[in-house]
Parts: sequence; structure tokens; C-alpha cells
Amino acid sequence: MEPGLYHILTVSIALFFIGVMGFLTRRNLITMLMSLELILNSVNLNFIAFNKYVWPGKMDGLFFTIFIIAIAAAEAAVAIAIIINLYRSNQSIDVTNAEDLKY
Amino acid sequence: MMNGSTILFYTLAALTLTCGVLSIATRHIFRAAIYLLFSLIGIAGLYFWLSYEFIAAVQIVVYVGGIVVLIIFSIFLTQQAGEKLPKVRLDRGLWAILAIFSGFALTMVQVLQHTFPAGDGLHPVTVRQIGEKMMSTTEGGYALPFEIISMLLLAAMVGCIVIALRSKPETT
Amino acid sequence: MPNAINIALIPLLPFAGFLLSGLFGRKYIKNFAGMLGTALILGSAILAIYTAYDYFFVYGKVDGVYQQFVPLKITWLAFTKDLSIDMGLVIDPISVMMLVVVTFVSLMVHIYSLGYLKGEERFATYYAYLGLFTFSMLGLVLASNIFQIYIFWELVGVSSFLLIGFYYDKPSAVAASKKAFIVTRFADLGFLIGILVLSYFSGTMDFQELIARLTSPESNEAKAAAASTFLGASALTWGAALVFIGGAGKSAMFPLHIWLPDAMEGPTPVSALIHAATMVVAGVYLVARLFPVFALSTPAVLEMIGWVGAISAIIAAIIACTQTDIKRVLAYSTMSQIGYMMFALGVSKYGGEAGLGYTASMFHLFTHAMFKALLFLGAGAVIHYVHSNEMKDMGGLRKKMPITHFTFLIACLSIAGVPFLSGFFSKEEILLAAYHSNTAIYYIALVTSGLTAFYMFRLYFSIFWNKPYEAQGSHHGHGEGGLVMMLPLILLAIGAAGAGYIPFGELVSSDGKALESHFDIAFSAAPVLLGLTGIAVAAWMYLKANKKPENMAGSLGGIYKAAYHKFYIDELYLFITKKVLFNLVGRTAAWFDRTIVDGLVNLTGNTTVLVSEGIKKFQSGKVQQYAIYFLAGVVLLAAFFVYIWK
Repeated sequence: MEPGLYHILTVSIALFFIGVMGFLTRRNLITMLMSLELILNSVNLNFIAFNKYVWPGKMDGLFFTIFIIAIAAAEAAVAIAIIINLYRSNQSIDVTNAEDLKY
Repeated sequence: MMNGSTILFYTLAALTLTCGVLSIATRHIFRAAIYLLFSLIGIAGLYFWLSYEFIAAVQIVVYVGGIVVLIIFSIFLTQQAGEKLPKVRLDRGLWAILAIFSGFALTMVQVLQHTFPAGDGLHPVTVRQIGEKMMSTTEGGYALPFEIISMLLLAAMVGCIVIALRSKPETT
Repeated sequence: MPNAINIALIPLLPFAGFLLSGLFGRKYIKNFAGMLGTALILGSAILAIYTAYDYFFVYGKVDGVYQQFVPLKITWLAFTKDLSIDMGLVIDPISVMMLVVVTFVSLMVHIYSLGYLKGEERFATYYAYLGLFTFSMLGLVLASNIFQIYIFWELVGVSSFLLIGFYYDKPSAVAASKKAFIVTRFADLGFLIGILVLSYFSGTMDFQELIARLTSPESNEAKAAAASTFLGASALTWGAALVFIGGAGKSAMFPLHIWLPDAMEGPTPVSALIHAATMVVAGVYLVARLFPVFALSTPAVLEMIGWVGAISAIIAAIIACTQTDIKRVLAYSTMSQIGYMMFALGVSKYGGEAGLGYTASMFHLFTHAMFKALLFLGAGAVIHYVHSNEMKDMGGLRKKMPITHFTFLIACLSIAGVPFLSGFFSKEEILLAAYHSNTAIYYIALVTSGLTAFYMFRLYFSIFWNKPYEAQGSHHGHGEGGLVMMLPLILLAIGAAGAGYIPFGELVSSDGKALESHFDIAFSAAPVLLGLTGIAVAAWMYLKANKKPENMAGSLGGIYKAAYHKFYIDELYLFITKKVLFNLVGRTAAWFDRTIVDGLVNLTGNTTVLVSEGIKKFQSGKVQQYAIYFLAGVVLLAAFFVYIWK
């Protein structure tokens, strides 16, 4: 069957939940960041899919995607900086060693 | 109907999803980064397949060439490359799988039931169009978000430098 | 017609004095406060006398009956349409008479204090308190509403507290003022309950209406009040009895009399004003004000009043025979005389000839104010001269203080009931009223009058005769006191002597109609003879210094000792409060408060803490947990909006 909107949406949703799974399960901060990237990419795919199949005349989905990529890049950079700083103080990037902000 | 486009799509989809799963499941951190890389390439391929070449190019340049490299650098900086990551605890994993599957099922059911309005044919998107739209200040133009994004990038840059700055040792 | 402004000024002038001396006395007015207070009271007294003249001789009498006028009534707090607390002025025979008494005696005390308290540091404060007291007493007298009288009742109590404890660095004075306040406050609890009961059943707090509703036998209110009973007595009886308890506390009736002797710690002019002439008669005034209710609707309570008065009279007389502090003797004498007034009301009936007791009681109130104030001020002059309160430090003062001696003698003769002085007339009327109603009370009163003559002349002889006077210690030979101290004595002596000739029966009677005052020589013979016997016995024992008093005290033994120790009533009270009340009631209440009340409050606090401890586990610091909550929330919301909210 000709792959249409539903197929891409399936891929996008599956990728999203894979990313969520990774975020919830992993203990390493960097791997959590990687899962986050997966989630963002799934969203990008979603936007592009809708842009192509439902609103082909407009370009809003495309621009959303561009901006999301830009923001994801900035966010990844800042996250890495924070991780490095955390590593300096805790000597570990395990998320269970970063639970100080609690009651 | 099996034609090249269909096969290509399924290949790319399989690549993306498999590498995604492997990325979050493996116990070697470096391998996770590489799997992520391949997953992102797969997504770029999907963009190509959808004939949005510009986005695909941006994806490869920024994501693959920038972010994954950044991640790999950070792995090295925190000396994590060699060791194996701890195993996932069983109860946590089980709950997570349960939550994910239920979420997935819910969403899929909703999406499949819904009929989306069909678009009107193909409109190829050229880089020129993207550029004009990006810079236009009229209705539907994205000049303002463009500027804001640039501010954001500046702020992120400055923030990163400040956060990761090693404080100077006091001169006694 | 009564002029509301004039009458309202009578209490307001001393109140102005209180405010001025109280607020500005310390810094600005200082010694001028005395003149200021005196001038204001003089104004009040003139207005009062004018009002009395106006009322009794110009407009008061309508068809041969003295009417009650209410020239001013302002609704202050309205609970319902009928029940409201008003502030009003009432003008009727007894209130006008009390106006004259209070302002006159207060004026005398103000003038006297100019000399007695000269050089006192807190001179202005003293006059401020005097002004406050006079204002409160006048307000009490003029009150038209039972709650208004309660308000002024409490104000009088407060002023009395301030004045008794005037020398606040003396612990005995502080204790005495506390005792006075607590005992009267305790009695006022009964008063308040009585007010509530009476006003509930009569549906109003206004005196005129209350009396009208509760005394007419057909009124619904009276029937309802008589119908509902509590422990065997009707609500009306309880209400009246409770109101009387309040009056008994203020008038130092047995057993609520314990505060009066101790209250002598205050300055002597204060004792003259408060504890002789004005505050202690407030209870009598209250009973007189509500007399129709007592006489017509609750005769049982009236009988109780009679007995309480009689018992107080005789107990006080017995105790007074043994005391050596001259002010204490006078205090017990006051209690005894007020007992007379009370039982005079108790044996009286309402209306016509049978209402003789009412008239006699009010008459005795009038004359007693004169001679008791005179006695106290004279005692004050003696104390001022001798610098001691005890009889043993006095004696032979008649040559050193002639004016005081003469006026004191007149007062003693008056209180003993010697003919032609005022006390004789008022006492005869009381005895006559008692004789016609309750013979037992009559005999008690007779014995008491004999004792009265005895102890008063014991006092007189011990101060002015007995042994020749030796100056004790450093005694600067000054005279008996200047004109300011002697003038009030002279004026009061004129009053004590001449007040008996006022035709009281025509002016004040239970129902407003004129009452013929009888004068029966045969009847008066017994009391007069008894009085003269008492004087003679006192002279025999105390005219010259001798051993007879000690011998008699020794031979009377136990009785003497008991009377000297005031029948151990104070000790009984102390025992009850300390051992019974504090231990049983106090400790239990304290335990209850600590454990249960505080426990409940602590429980709410602890529960809050526990709940918050439970809630704070949500903020665990684990990022992934937060993510789960996020996700779960989003999914739930999505499910909700998709499936349930269509």
C-alpha cells in the first residue's frame, strides 16, 4: 500500500514513545539527553507529515520544524554544559547522584 | 503496491525505529551515541523521501553533524566511554513498558480513527520560497521568529560559556 | 417640666472634671485640680438642689401623686423592636433625693480633701477618681434602664477599686481594693443573671415598662414568668432574688460584707464618700427602684431581704463593739445601718400606710448619709491629727480639737437615736414599720439600736475623753485642721441635726402619694431608753481610763474573741477559695485546658505537619519521576478530553 499520512504518523508516534521510554529508564544523563533528541525528532516528523499531506500549500509546519531544530540545538548545548558542570562537582553523571533539589 | 518508494519508506522507517530502540537499550554509551546518529540519519532520509530536501539537509548538518558530535565530545569529557552502563532495574523497566504501551495504544487508536482532510496535490517547496517566507514581514512571514531564534542562540551560547567556565584559582 | 439638659449636666460636670484632671492633671493642672473638681461639683450640687426644689414643689406632683418623669431617652442598642438598651434619665422622688445626697456629700468630700490630701503627689489623680466616682454614682441614680444601671454599677465598682487602692504602694491597700472588686463583681454576676431573667420575661429593659409588665397580675409577662419554675421557685422569684444578690454585694450585706472593713485602707474622705453615703447604698437604691416588683410579685424575696438586712445589722453591731481601729468601727456601723435600710424595705408593703417601711428606709438613707459622712470626716480629722487609726493612741482630744469634737458628738447622738436629731426620726419610722409587720425583726432591730448607741459612744469616749492626750513620737503641734476641713464638718452637722424635720413622708413614698408620718411617744419610749442605756454603759466603761473593758472582755471570753475576729468569716472565705475552689475547680479546669483544649489545637497543627510530610515526598528530586508524573498527567487529561468530555 502506498505509504500515506497514517504510516508516517505511526513512525512518529512510535519514535516518540521510544524516546519517552529511554528517558524514563536510563540512568545516565547523557543517554537521557539522547532520548530527548529522539522525542524532538519525532515531533519534527509529525509536523512535516502534516504539512505535506494535509496543508501542502502552506509552509507553517516546515518553519516549525526549522525552529525546533534550532532550539533543540541550543538546548542540547546548554544541557551539555550543565552536565559537565555537574560532573565537576559530583564526579559522576548518574542521575541518582543529582537528587539534591528535594524536600 | 510494491514500488521503490514504498520499499524505501519501509527501509528508512525500520532503520529509524530499530536504531532508536537500540540507542536506548544498549549498555555501552558510545554505541548509544552511534545508534542515535544512525537514527537521525534515518529521519533525514525520511525527510528526503517526503521531498523536503532543505529540512533533510538542515537535519544532517545540525543534528548529525552538530548535536551528536557534541554528545560524543561530552562523553569523552566525562570519561564515560569505556565503562558499561548499569542494568535497568526490573520493576522500573516493567512499569515504564506498561506506561509506554498503553500510551502508544491510546494514541494510535485515536489517530487511526480520525479522518484527516486531504490536501490538494503536491506543491514542491524550493529553498527560494523558504527564504522569502522566512524574511517576509507581511502576513504569514517569519521574520520575527527568526530574530527571536537568533537571540535565543546568543543567549544559549553565552549561558553555556558561563556555566562551563572553570573558576579561576585565586592568586595568593 | 424637667429640663433634660440641666439634669444631664448633673452627672456630666464631674465627668468633665474626671477627664480634665485625669488627662491633664499630672502635667498642667496639678494642684489646681482640687479647686476645679470642687467647683464642678458645686455646680452639680446647685443644679441638683434646684432640680429637687423644682420637682418636689413645682411640677412633680400631679393629682396628689408624685409622678415619674423620663426627660431623656436615647436608644443605644436595639436587640428587637421592644428590647433595647436605652440611655435615659429618670426623675422621681427617690432619684431626686439621691441626687441631692450624692452631690452634697461629694461636695463636702471634695472640699475636705483640699485640706486632707494637701501635699499629696497624686493630687490631680485623686480628684479625677473622685469625679469619675461621682459621675458613675449619679448616672446610676438617674438610670432609666436596668442595663444602664448595671453599666453604671460596674463603673462605680471600678471607681471604688481605684480609690480604695489609691495608695498603691501599700500592699494592704492593693489587697483590699482587689477584694472589694472581686466580691462585688461576684455579686454582680447574680445581678446580671437577674437582669437577663427579668428582661427576658418582661420583654423590655426599661424600668417603667418592666415594672408595669411584671406587677400587673393580668399581664402575659407576669403570668409567663410566674409559670416557668426552676428548682421549685418561679422564674420571677429567681430573677428578683438574683438582682437582690447584686445589691447585697454592693451594700455589704451578710455574707458578702467582707470587703467593707478592708476597704478602709483608702483615704478617709474616700471612705466618707463611698463607704458611708453613696456606693454602699446603691443596693438599697436598687431594691427601692424595683420595689413594686419585689413587693407585689415576689413577696417571698422581700421577706428574705428583710431577714438579710436584720441579720447584717445585728452581726455588724456585735463586731463593732470589739474593734479598736476607729475606721473599722465606723465601717461595721455602716454595715449595720444599711442593714436597717434593707430590712425596712423588707418589711414594707406597697402603697399607702403599709408602705411606711419604704419611706422610712429612704429617710434613713438620707439622714445616715449626713451623719455617717460627718463621722468619717471627723475620724479623718482625728487621724490627721494623731497619725494613727488605733483607739489606744487617742483620748482626751476634746480640748485639742473642739470643732471636730462638737460635730462628732452631734453625729453620735444622731446615730444613737437621741430625740430631736435626725437619726431619731428616721430610726423611729423604721422601727414602727418593723413593729407593724414582723415582730421578730422588730426585736432584733431594737437590740441592735441599743448596741449601736453603745459602740458609737464607746468610740466617742475613747477618742475624746478616756485618758489625757500624750503626743506620740514626733508630733508637730498643729491645730485640728484648717477651714477647708472644718467647714464640711459644720455643714454636715447642720444636716445631721436638722434633716429630721423634713416631712419625708410627703415627698417620698412607695406609690407617690403623701404618707403621714406618725409620732407615737409611747412607742418611741422603748428605743430611746435603750439608746440612753447604751450611752450610759459606754460612759461607765470608757469615760475615764479603767480596767473595766478588759475585765468584761475576759469574762465574755469566747464570744468576745469570736466577735473580735469578725466571726471568722474571712477565714472561711479564704478556706473555701484556696482549698475548695482552687484545688477542685481550678486544677480541673487547668488540666482540661492544658490537655484537651491545647491538645486539640496541637492536634490540628500535628495533622497539618503529618499531611505535609506525606505530600512533600512528591518533590523527590528525581527527574525521571517528575517526567512520569508529567506524562501520566498528560495522558490522563488526553483520555479525559477525548472520551469523557465530548
